[in-house]
Amino acid sequence: MRLLMLGWELPPHNSGGLGVACFYMARALSRAGAKIDFVVPYTASHSQTDFMTVHNATPLQPLFKNGMGAYDSRYVIEVSKTQLAMQGLHTIRDVQHRYIEYVEDLVTSKEIDVIHAHDWLTMEAGVRAKEITGAPLVVHVHATEYDRSGHYAGGNPIVHEIEQQALMIADKIIAVSNNTKHLIVQKYGIPASKIDVIYNALDIESLAGYIHNEQTYGYISSLKKEGYTIVGAITRFTVQKGLTQLLEAMAKACSKYDKLVLLLAGDGEQRDELLRLGADLGIADKVLFTGFVRGQEWRDAFSVVDIFVMSSVSEPFGLTALEAAHHDSALILTNQSGVGEVLSNVLRYDFWDTDKLADQLVGVATSHSLRQELAENVKHEYANISWRQVASTCMALYGRLGEFSSQGRAIA
Amino acid sequence: MSARGITLYLHAHQPWRIRQYSIFDTANNHDYFAGADKQDNKAILDKVSEKSYLPMNRLLKELMNRHDDFKLSLSITGTLIEQLEQYRPDVLETFKDIVSTGKVEIVAETYYHSLAFFYDVDEFTAQVDAHRKKIQSVFGVTPKVFRNTELAYNDSLAQWADKQGYKAILAEGWDPILQWRSANYIYKPIGTDDIRLLLKNYKLSDDLAFRFSNRNWEGWPLTADTYHSWAEASIGEAPLTNLFMDYETFGEHQWDDSGIFDFFEHFVGMWHTTPNNRFYTVSEAAAADDIAGEISMPHTVTWADTERDLTAWLGNSMQHEAMHYLYDLREEVMRSNDIELISDWRKLQTSDNAYYMCTKWFSDGDVHAYFSPYDSPYDAFLYFMNTIRDMRYRLHKYHGTRRLYG
Repeated sequence: MRLLMLGWELPPHNSGGLGVACFYMARALSRAGAKIDFVVPYTASHSQTDFMTVHNATPLQPLFKNGMGAYDSRYVIEVSKTQLAMQGLHTIRDVQHRYIEYVEDLVTSKEIDVIHAHDWLTMEAGVRAKEITGAPLVVHVHATEYDRSGHYAGGNPIVHEIEQQALMIADKIIAVSNNTKHLIVQKYGIPASKIDVIYNALDIESLAGYIHNEQTYGYISSLKKEGYTIVGAITRFTVQKGLTQLLEAMAKACSKYDKLVLLLAGDGEQRDELLRLGADLGIADKVLFTGFVRGQEWRDAFSVVDIFVMSSVSEPFGLTALEAAHHDSALILTNQSGVGEVLSNVLRYDFWDTDKLADQLVGVATSHSLRQELAENVKHEYANISWRQVASTCMALYGRLGEFSSQGRAIA
Repeated sequence: MSARGITLYLHAHQPWRIRQYSIFDTANNHDYFAGADKQDNKAILDKVSEKSYLPMNRLLKELMNRHDDFKLSLSITGTLIEQLEQYRPDVLETFKDIVSTGKVEIVAETYYHSLAFFYDVDEFTAQVDAHRKKIQSVFGVTPKVFRNTELAYNDSLAQWADKQGYKAILAEGWDPILQWRSANYIYKPIGTDDIRLLLKNYKLSDDLAFRFSNRNWEGWPLTADTYHSWAEASIGEAPLTNLFMDYETFGEHQWDDSGIFDFFEHFVGMWHTTPNNRFYTVSEAAAADDIAGEISMPHTVTWADTERDLTAWLGNSMQHEAMHYLYDLREEVMRSNDIELISDWRKLQTSDNAYYMCTKWFSDGDVHAYFSPYDSPYDAFLYFMNTIRDMRYRLHKYHGTRRLYG
């Protein structure tokens, strides 16, 4: 199986879950026998990716904080004009066009069985590769423009249009949850039969060899010893994540039970708004901001949290919930989070229902047994979902597409 | 023609800027003020010393030698004196030198340049006492006239100062309060017995403090001749005019290349060419004439912005929250008897910390008005809140005096 995989980021140059999912999926596929060419839109070394060939479509540096617009297309890439090759790369659209040109060149000199494109940023390139090679195109939807815009006015119409075209032309669509599948059917008018749901997984082995350092969050560790319960969200601060509602619920919860603290780990364009909202609600001293965290600080953020809240207005999957489960947190998820489809031992609420979330926060914080039951039982669930399984489902899907397309060719 | 005097009063201050103090520092390091780059207190003091304190003290000394009558008043905060003692004792010597001439009167204020009066009068009084002791030990003089941080003034402050025995108190000469009256007279604050009120002539003061080097200002470039004629016209038959401004106007806010030093030197010389023109210290000014009337300012008036109120420090919810949490710690902090803790807590009270959280100008991008060592008012709030948490942690861990929260 010769696979052309089109992505926008890979660790360690990722800014969110997309790069992580792509990396582990590709590794599992490679272990299942796929030979993978993976294209990224920047130039950097990926020391962990010896199981596949990584192609750099442009000479740009990766900007790991904003993922070159993988999550927010407002960001413009900084360009050093000294190099001729850099010229014309001002916006995310410029980078996409260069990426398409690169893929066009690549596929004329390579044999490809299947094209697998991740999200809108690479969809046009996937469509071009299909046009040139005739190979089947799989479009993998980790998030739609509806999700990213928090459902406000459907987001950027240009992005919607790119998604619409590619979803129609694709031979198969992979959605990361039923939530996402329904969205693709409803908002893009795609027949449900063309969409398979394949959930993301957690790579347990990559999480091994970690020891929690209590000093990283020394202040929070002290609070815990004093009987405080740490509520946490580890995420990008964007409207999609429903954090303003989380703060409102937090204020309501604190009015009933004082020994609660909220750790907001991450960064994003909503940070200032959240800071101010905390002060407006009179809980500024109960909301702790870390800034962008990676490595040990990122792991320790999970470890220090007692109750992990995924407050998303629209979350196609939500890998961080599985990571939180791995670090012994009790989980509270919105009904709008896809990861909830694979987990039963969690509490749920609708993202707008701040009364209910406040109630759940106080409930878990004041009941040791409830917290423990939730945290222990969810561990059994996430352990059943593996990337190996994802890869074997994908390989079967590729196989069916291959048969279909060779039949198609034979008929023609 | 009776005597007419200029009361020049300069306010010198540097805060202890808080470094980029994160949640990862909280409960681990207590070095809030050991910043780098834009929060490097020593580097900033060096810069301001070279640009302002040293050249201005040199010029003031020179002018005092040249003109027998040249005098001024100076307030210098405890936080600045501390930094000078620690980093630039040579610069502190130049301040001592001009004060030792007897022609520089030191004005009383809070040691920490705080807004404590509006939160806790006991704390406020303690800081004024601390400042007086510091001034006595460093300069060997005792202040007799009071000014509050940012000239934040109201009737109850005047009544407090009167009871404390101050001869005079300084405030903004703000039109909506004065109405038909002029700032160039001596007033009595309402509800007081002996104290005098000296009001800033904001037009003449701000021509130097804010507008001097502004090329878009119709008065630019301002010559000593022109300014002299403005001052003459303003004072007319009145007994005095009060020029109150930041000391750092000279060399730091208005750079040397704007001509501010030469301008000032010429203006002082020019003022003395008219017989009966004087310079007053604030104590002399308070006794220079009879009381022209009684003034009431029930609401707090400051010398800041077009609003002349406290909204630059206490205008948004972040500022209110931050100050509320800070002052809420007083009882436990004082009970701890931990000198370092008390000192850190008071350094956090310096009004600059709240000022950095001001969002009034931030959205307009008015970087000139918005002078801050942080990227945004939100960053300022974040770092400040983490220091509050660390203060609580220290109280809890080392003194067992309080819960870690609220």
